[in-house]
This record gives sequence, structure tokens and C-alpha cells, in this order.
Amino acid sequence: MTQTSNGSELAATINSIIAEHKTLEGPLLPILHASQQALGYIPSEAVPMIAEQLQLTKAEVHGVISFYHFFRSSPAGNNTIQICRAESCQSMGSRELEAEIKQRLKVDYHQTTADGEITLEPVYCLGNCACSPAIRVNDDIHGRVDMNKFENIVDELLTVAVELKL
Amino acid sequence: MNHSSNSPTVYIPRDTTALSLGADKVASQLHSQQPDINIVRNGSRGLFWLEPMIEVTTPLGRVAYGPVQPEDVASLLANDFLQGDSSHPLYLGLTEEIPYLAQQQRVTFARVGITNPVSLADYRAYGGLVGLQKALTLTPQTIVDEVKTSGLRGRGGAAFPTGIKWQTVLNAPSNKKYIVCNADEGDSGTFADRMLMEGDPYCLIEGMIIAGLAVGADQGYIYLREEYPVAHQILNEAIATAESENILGDNVLGSGKAFNLQVRLGAGAYICGEETSLLESLEGKRGMVRAKPPLPAIVGLFGQPTIVNNVISLASVPDIMANGAEQYQEFGTGRSRGTLPFQLAGNIKQGGLVELAFGATLKTLLEDFGGGTRSGKPMRTVQIGGPLGAYLPEHLWDTPLDYEAFLAIGAGVGHGGIVAFDNSVNLSQQARFSMEFCTIESCGKCTPCRIGSTRGVEVIDRITNNEQREENLELLEELCDTMVHGSLCAMGGMTPIPVTSALKHFPEDFSPAEGANSSSQQQGAEHA
Ligand SMILES: Cc1cc2nc3c(=O)[nH]c(=O)nc-3n(C[C@H](O)[C@H](O)[C@H](O)COP(=O)(O)O)c2cc1C
Ligand code: SF4
Ligand code: FES
Repeated sequence: MTQTSNGSELAATINSIIAEHKTLEGPLLPILHASQQALGYIPSEAVPMIAEQLQLTKAEVHGVISFYHFFRSSPAGNNTIQICRAESCQSMGSRELEAEIKQRLKVDYHQTTADGEITLEPVYCLGNCACSPAIRVNDDIHGRVDMNKFENIVDELLTVAVELKL
Repeated sequence: MNHSSNSPTVYIPRDTTALSLGADKVASQLHSQQPDINIVRNGSRGLFWLEPMIEVTTPLGRVAYGPVQPEDVASLLANDFLQGDSSHPLYLGLTEEIPYLAQQQRVTFARVGITNPVSLADYRAYGGLVGLQKALTLTPQTIVDEVKTSGLRGRGGAAFPTGIKWQTVLNAPSNKKYIVCNADEGDSGTFADRMLMEGDPYCLIEGMIIAGLAVGADQGYIYLREEYPVAHQILNEAIATAESENILGDNVLGSGKAFNLQVRLGAGAYICGEETSLLESLEGKRGMVRAKPPLPAIVGLFGQPTIVNNVISLASVPDIMANGAEQYQEFGTGRSRGTLPFQLAGNIKQGGLVELAFGATLKTLLEDFGGGTRSGKPMRTVQIGGPLGAYLPEHLWDTPLDYEAFLAIGAGVGHGGIVAFDNSVNLSQQARFSMEFCTIESCGKCTPCRIGSTRGVEVIDRITNNEQREENLELLEELCDTMVHGSLCAMGGMTPIPVTSALKHFPEDFSPAEGANSSSQQQGAEHA
């Protein structure tokens, strides 16, 4: 994820994404996914550009972005952690786990830690229900998570971040 | 990889659950300690409490070890596990003889966990493409008749006969038709679709091509939930290979028939598992449910006749074509024919996938296969069929798993997901969550669902806080009734099922003492 602050660079990225997906049947979701993949979020500047090229209204594009839980209109932290809140994970103590994780990270859902490293999100089932409770860290899913395991995961995440910065 | 043919082969799954328990680390540990081992990344056998479960080929068959952690690799090598040595504490014996697996009736999952999921050579070697080859020699009507005879009903939840759906699409006059695979698998406790896609993606691809041949459709889409990154990767690898080998594309196996396939990602909306909402989403809109009729089979994707089928429904078709409808429909009971992959989840000792013919009981699954709770406390209830499914008490666990028998006890088999709870569960809390889930995931089109579920949370809170208890219990009943009768789709229409089943079978959890206790615990669950 490269978070570009340069306006024209951003426009170029979005334009090339639109160009790449425009000929698909039903191109809007693929364009939104590709934008979020490239930029980490779907910037407001993208809305009129997508609307114009797909011959939709800005309200329609905005309406789609806001309907889906996965799409975000502002940048997330460097890492996203999702905690499964669905029934199977509940049966293995996910309610307590989510409370502890929120306390540990000092954030609620949809918020980012003060150091900008971790955004916390809820998720409703990761398909890992035989090994509940489950969480997802970026694209990695972890099973049978407890606070001990969670600390190790966060340590590993943040160590990697520090190493990259050195 | 240039391994000599006599270097040992070790299988380490790349299934999400195996990965979630460290399978990649085990694979790299093994590779670094013994680089000449041929490591195959297979799917999972579905014995999830044993994952990462690794297997080694021996003259007697594949021998399993598990659950293996990276630090176990050294001792495994020291014990000569490459020869199938039985002295290691993680030794499980011949994989096929592990009772959990040996007692199943694997039809749709016959290859899952055995083959390298993205290897076409493996797929062919284990009976793949035979069904497609056969279908290419048949008329569309003959293919549809075969699916009808099999008795296959939709595995996505509604159990609608697949052959009848296909017949409707075949009969619909249009020169553009679509095959859409519903791979949204949003229900808690379900992972059969994911396992099939990660463990045997060509089986789904083959099923979709056969569906295309049956109704005259040359374009397919797999609508996959975003929450499944591993399945996404594996499906894309398999599709690319299938294209390069002319299984997909403009000339399917040299027949002159075309079938193209793409994966499309959802974006975290449960309602997009509902078929019309899914189609809206594929078209690039908000996932708002469409009124039926018209059925998608007549006016579906982009207004064209469309088959929307679940992953397991489609993946059942290659076997039906290859081995005949009769052998398939010999499995099962009553009007529930064939097999269903049951998924054991939640607080269960031996969680995993169990494919059995319809007719087994919940008790068999929970006890013989599941081995009771993981916590060791008594099991108190199971929710079956996802977040819109009923909470069942122990005296109903003898009910045979069959669509009609479950209907009769006010429950549904749904997608076969079974979530176990021990006696620490509070059913008023679970009922409250069902309503809360509906407020989060409602598409917003109808008031009973959108607003009713919000009111439902409040009413349950008042009941458990002992505020005007009797009046509020009555109100909750009326509210559920309104949701059942006033909702356009099953999201609003079925949310009352977990609620009323909890109330009916576990009224003690809605009593004041329990309520006062639980409402303080609920505070942490407010924000979503
Ligand atoms: C709220 C809701 C969610 C659903 N979610 C799924 C799902 O995740 N996967 C699925 O296959 N079917 C789901 N369905 C059922 C589909 O609408 C549809 O019946 C199914 O995809 C048809 O395929 P089948 O006949 O092969 O089962 C859902 C239905 C509703 C009402
Ligand atoms: S019942 Fe709920 S989810 Fe279904 S159409 Fe109505 S508002 Fe949408
Ligand atoms: S319910 Fe949490 S992974 Fe399925």
C-alpha cells in the first residue's frame, strides 16, 4: 500500500485503475477494490472520476462505497486487524477477547492506534470457525487466539515495521 | 523444483485453517532442515483439531502426524517420520484409517486434502474432468435431466431443487445467459465452500462449465467474499491454469464450446449472499434485495437468465455426471438426497468437516465426531444453519439431519454449519446478538427488518432488565411476527428464528437474575 499525498499522482493512479477495469461487465466493485488495494482507501477525489467514466452519478458511486463494510473513505493504519464477532467465535470467548484487545490497543472498532500502526475492525466470520476465536491481520488469518497469542502477533507486526524503517 | 523422483513427499496443507495454525512455518522449517524433501501444499482433510496435519507417502499409504508445530520438525526428522515411523507422539497412523475420516461418506469432498489443489495432473488422476467429458457428449436437456434425477437440492440454504432451476434457465429464451456461483458463505460456523475452493477448485470450475453447457451460458462469475483471501488466490491460480489448458476459454476441451470464468470479490456485506442482492452487487450496485418474481432464472444478471447456485451445489455436479444420478441419489433419506458436508464449529473438541449422507443425527455429529466441547464443560445448545438458524436444546439432537425433519422442529439445516456452545452461554445474549446482527447487515429496504431489529435489541434489553417483563415479552413476540410476515427476504424473515428458539427452549436465560447479569456483559458488544 503506497499512500500518496500528491494530488496528480493520485489522479493518475485512479485513472489507470479505471482504464484497466472499465471494459469488465459490472466494473464498479473491481475498480473500488483496486483503488483501495493501491491506495489503502477510496479517496473522495476518486468518486467524481469514477462516476464520470462509468456514466453514473456521484451519489450512486458514493452510495455503493458507503453500503459495503469493507470500503473505506479515509486511510487506515499501516495494518488492519479484524476480530471475528460471529457466533462460533462467541462460543469460544470472543466477546472477552475483543474487550481485552480494545483495551490493549486503546481503540474501539473503526479506530486507529495513536502510533498509526493498527486499525481495528469487526468481521462476521472468517470461515475459521472450527478453531475459534479467529482474527485476521491484513491477509493472514489466525485461529484459537488468546491474549498471549495476540501479543506475539502484534510484536511480530511492529518489529517488522521497525526493521523496515531502519 | 528438481527433486529426484525418489525423494520423499510430504503434504502440508495451505488451507486457511491450517495456515491459521502455522502451516507455512512448518513447511519452511521442514524445507530448511531437509531441502531435498518434495513438499506438496494440499488442501485440508478437514480434521481441524489436528491441523497443521502433515502427511508422508509410504508404501502402505499416506501416514499422518499432527498437530505439528515448527519446533516439532526436528524430532519428527530424528524419528524418521519420512518412513512413517510410529514412535513419534504426533503419529496418527494411516490417514485414511483415522476414524473421523474413515466413517465419512466423502463424495463432493473426495479429492479435498488428497491432491495439490492447483495441479491439473492431480485433478485428472483422481477422476477430474470425466463428468465434463461426458456432458460434452450429451444434449442440454439430458444434462438437466440427470441433475433432476440426482435429487440434488441447493446447498446454499433454501434447498431448492437444482435441476428445476436449471430447467427454467434452459427454457428461458435468450442468447446471453450466466452461471453465477454464490461463494459468499456468510454464515457463522460454515466453511465447506471455502474448503472446497481451497482444496479442489477445479471441481467447482468443472461444475460451472457443465452448468453452462446445460443451459447455454458461456460466462460464469464466482462471487467470492472478501474475507477469504486464500481461496481468492487459489481460485485465480486454478482459473489461469484451466485457461491455459483449454478447459476454460473459447474452446472447452476442443469442443468448440466457450465458457469463461472470473472471480469477483464482495466487500463485507452479509446480505450479498442473498441471490438477488448478490446480482445487484455483481452489477456494481448497493446490495439491495430485489423483489421476486421475476426469478433470477428468468431475469438475472444484467437482466439475463441466470443460474445462481451455491459452491457445493455446483461442485456436486461433476460426480453426478461422471458416476450417474442414480448412485448419487442412493445416498440420503426422504426428499433429502445425496450427501451434505456438515461443519462442526464453536466450542467443540474435534471441529472440522464431516461429509455424510442426509439422515445422520446431530448427536452423532456432536458426540461421535465432535467429541463433546473443547472447554470440557457440558454442551448446552447448538445453533444450526448460521446466524438465522435455531438454537436447539439437547432433547432435539436426535432429529435426523434432513430438510423436512428439521423444518418440523422449527429449525433448518441451512448450509450445514453446526455451532456448539457449552453451559457458559447465555441465550438472551445470543438472541440479542441475532437482532443486532440484523441491524448491522440489513440491506435497509424494508422497515420490519431495518427498524424492527433495532427495536428488537431494545426490547430484549428491557426484558433482561426486568422492565415491564410480560408486556415486553408480548411485544417481542409481535415484533418477531411482523418481521416474519413483513420482510421481503429471509434476513428479516428468519432473524426471529434464533430469537424465538432461544426464548422457547431456554426461557430461564431471560429471567431477571440472568438478565441483570448479562446486560452488564453486553456493554462491550455495543459498537460494530
Ligand atoms: C440473508 C441471506 C443470506 C444468504 N447467504 C448465502 C450464502 O452465503 N451462500 C449461499 O450459497 N446462499 C446464500 N443464501 C441463499 C441464496 O439466496 C440462494 O438461495 C442460493 O445461493 C441458491 O443456490 P443453491 O440453490 O445452490 O442453494 C442466502 C440467503 C439469504 C436470504
Ligand atoms: S428483509 Fe431486510 S435484508 Fe431482506 S430485503 Fe428487507 S431490509 Fe433487505
Ligand atoms: S464465526 Fe468466527 S471465524 Fe467463523
